[in-house]
Amino acid sequence: MNVNFSIYRYNPDVDNKPYMQDASLDVPEGSDMMVLDALILLKEKDATLSFRRSCREGVCGSDGVNINGKNGLACITPLSDVLSKGKIVIRPLPGLPVIRDLVIDMAQFYTQYEKIKPYLITDASKPPAGEFKQSPEERKHLDGLYECILCACCSTSCPSFWWNPEKFIGPAGLLAAYRFLIDSRDSATEERLSNLDDAFSVFRCHGIMNCVSVCPKGLNPTKAIGKIKSMLLQRAI
Amino acid sequence: MVKVAGTFGRSGVHDYILLRASALILLAYTLYLVGFVASSDITYATWSGFFSLTMTKVFSLFALIAMLVHAWIGLWQVLTDYVKCTKLRGALQFLLTSVAFIYVLSGFVILWGV
Repeated sequence: MNVNFSIYRYNPDVDNKPYMQDASLDVPEGSDMMVLDALILLKEKDATLSFRRSCREGVCGSDGVNINGKNGLACITPLSDVLSKGKIVIRPLPGLPVIRDLVIDMAQFYTQYEKIKPYLITDASKPPAGEFKQSPEERKHLDGLYECILCACCSTSCPSFWWNPEKFIGPAGLLAAYRFLIDSRDSATEERLSNLDDAFSVFRCHGIMNCVSVCPKGLNPTKAIGKIKSMLLQRAI
Repeated sequence: MVKVAGTFGRSGVHDYILLRASALILLAYTLYLVGFVASSDITYATWSGFFSLTMTKVFSLFALIAMLVHAWIGLWQVLTDYVKCTKLRGALQFLLTSVAFIYVLSGFVILWGV
């Protein structure tokens, strides 16, 4: 079976502007592979094709790309899932600057992540010398939050992040923000909320849920953002 | 924290509350108007009688003010998303918010003329 691809190509050293390049791959009938496997086979044909990948099993979050218009991880997206449209169109994640081909510059994404202080902050007196224990109930609050692998599929599918990537934290950053806001061991809740309490950081989320529909880990950033909004509201009213 | 001066509310939370509160007022006013239209024959006399009620006048003004607040915040959000040139955004915000103000003032004059 011949599978056709259309792949976004751009090498700023050589190309004046990006272009879409057609490529095809012979996939044995009745077999399947992941989009990443296909990209690796295509790279064997044309070594100039660039993309990021590492663990190839949906854990590292390196190979987020836009496949047929939807963000996802190439390594856990089967070809058979995206074949229905005839040609598989692969582009870099939208909204962030392209370094080359499918490789994007994620600096803006990481800057927003840094802003929410993604680490435990505790009173100097509080952390015990040994284990820092939580009850099973307290630990349960972190489920659905801690699993984020920072692949940026969600933030780069969010129009609010496209238009204001320097001011709006974005779904990935806000999911992490809520993960620390709700952590029983964290004592900087007030300070964290104060840092988010403006018209852009959280409130640019209008709940369109693109982030939820693309998250390869099945997480729900919109729900976490709703919880942050409630916390900000409770503090203000 | 991101500082802003162009919107109506004093903070993101304030904007959030005002947007939803004004939306509720506009919804209630819409239902009030639809209720009137659905329950009576529209003639000049009934229409004029309806708008001469103090209740209708106050509610209309209240809804117009809610519209001003809703439009001010909403347009500021849309403009800060889509218009990146600060001068153009400022000019558009001035123009559109002025139009919203003019609606309120016109409504005031018109209602008190009935």
